[in-house]
Amino acid sequence: MADEPLVLGIETSCDETGVGVVRGTTLLADAVASSVDEHARFGGVVPEVASRAHLEAMVPTIRRALKDAGVSARDLDGIAVTAGPGLAGALLVGVTAAKAYAYALGKPLYGVNHLASHICVDQLEHGSLPEPTMALLVSGGHSSLLLSSDITSDVRPLGATIDDAAGEAFDKIARVLNLGFPGGPVIDRYAREGDPDAIAFPRGLTGPRDPAYDFSFSGLKTAVARWIEAKRAAGEEVPVRDVSASFQEAVVDVLTRKAVRACKDEGVDHLMIGGGVAANTRLRALAQERCEAAGIRLRVPRPKLCTDNGAMVAALGAEMVARNRPPSDWDLSADSSLPVTDPHVPGRGHTDGHDHHGHDHGHHHGHDHVHETAKENLYS
Amino acid sequence: MLLLALDTATPAVTVALHDGDDVIASSSQVDARRHGELLLPAIDRVLADAGRGLDAVTGIVVGIGPGPYTGLRVGLMTADTFGLALGVPVHGVCTLDGLAHAAAVEGPFVVATDARRKEVYWARYADPRTRVTEPAVDRPADIADQVRDLPAVGAGALLYPETFPRAHAPEHVSAAALARLAAERLAAGAELPEPRPLYLRRPDAQVPKNYKVVTPK
Ligand SMILES: [Zn+2]
Repeated sequence: MADEPLVLGIETSCDETGVGVVRGTTLLADAVASSVDEHARFGGVVPEVASRAHLEAMVPTIRRALKDAGVSARDLDGIAVTAGPGLAGALLVGVTAAKAYAYALGKPLYGVNHLASHICVDQLEHGSLPEPTMALLVSGGHSSLLLSSDITSDVRPLGATIDDAAGEAFDKIARVLNLGFPGGPVIDRYAREGDPDAIAFPRGLTGPRDPAYDFSFSGLKTAVARWIEAKRAAGEEVPVRDVSASFQEAVVDVLTRKAVRACKDEGVDHLMIGGGVAANTRLRALAQERCEAAGIRLRVPRPKLCTDNGAMVAALGAEMVARNRPPSDWDLSADSSLPVTDPHVPGRGHTDGHDHHGHDHGHHHGHDHVHETAKENLYS
Repeated sequence: MLLLALDTATPAVTVALHDGDDVIASSSQVDARRHGELLLPAIDRVLADAGRGLDAVTGIVVGIGPGPYTGLRVGLMTADTFGLALGVPVHGVCTLDGLAHAAAVEGPFVVATDARRKEVYWARYADPRTRVTEPAVDRPADIADQVRDLPAVGAGALLYPETFPRAHAPEHVSAAALARLAAERLAAGAELPEPRPLYLRRPDAQVPKNYKVVTPK
């Protein structure tokens, strides 16, 4: 066990400053400082507020993670960091810290993909990922179905939301119901006392001609808002519990139905669910029910590992070390639109064996990447 | 003593190494868009030029701005993390003070950097070592009466000649000047500021309006 890679991971793609430490697939520490309270009055994450909070919280959170893990920074085998996707300014704080820390300690640096990390974190809960793995990632930033045969090198998108992320729909409906931000936990709570069949809200993209694995929550959002407004306009009381339960049911019904279908179509006999919305109790229950009925094994990490955290980044970093993936360069940049197909950002001259000429840029989506940085003026 | 100084509060990405006597290596690049990518390779290069390793550094000096936020944080986060990893002190220095220290001016003058959004970050100095006002952010026209008659340095002054008719070089801050200033103050037993960012502006945060009513009227 002691020869498994010891990796520290840093996550700052949104409003959580996360620092985790893992040894192989064993979780040693998961320290998180959240700025969510500072965003609550704005009804959503304010990028500049998040970036300022990351800078403040970083060093104390690294200290806490090392202390919790009971390890010395000198013993680390590598530093991993979320290179993207996420909020550009927020990502940059974490990437900067990780680079400086790795450089000062003389350790290799691994810039990794936030989405692949959400999948890989399950190794800390249920052991090594089966290969291939089917993953449903649902959060405030994304809703996707991904198939991975090797989490360090091959992540294939099967479907994604065509409009809002599932978590965004929760936030929006919570706002319409005056329940505050973030919306996920509070709707989950009200829904437990409500009737999921009270109101028949629409299931987006579930028609016979619709894309099998894509999601849409915008229409649902509008339908729920309209229903609530109609009640208010009629001077009637809005049944918050029934609305919450019926709305939530519409979301998790579509998510689980499509995920189970993808498993069947691809012949994958287990399903991993990650991301902040995976903390939703009804999603977990319905997924369990449907997976059991279909003979699929469900893997959902505990809620604290589903939301954004540093341990998931460390988990993927440890896998990169274990599989001898090339580290990133010292000029690694934050890439707010890092494609899901890039599990990590290898350094120049390391392209895992293929195509060795014309490498002005390290990773194979070099063009998009340059385009993105040119668009984001880091000075402002 | 070996001080590593860095500043990313302006379009310059600047790094210098000071051995207690003087600056022994330095690097400055001007590229407002790539602070995050340029800083660490620049540090690596400066250390290599001086033939020293980072572990030989006994203190970090970092420009704390004022400066536009995203770039400013790159220097501060790097300095903080080096401090943690190396167990050495991290000292802040006002970026405007670094510019002032490099200004070859006698008597009172002004330092102004570009704050974007048609504003400047600025402060007044009695001489290159003595700041007499707190750093502030203002529209050039609003401070013209206070600064027009004084010599001025910095990109913010050069950008608005109507407000700063006596503007001249240096345009950008250099970590070499920052390091010299810090070494001088430390040698004199002076306290340097905490390495905390001088944003001078509140975050842009629009409180979303009441949710949009979607039912057609
Ligand atoms: Zn996430």
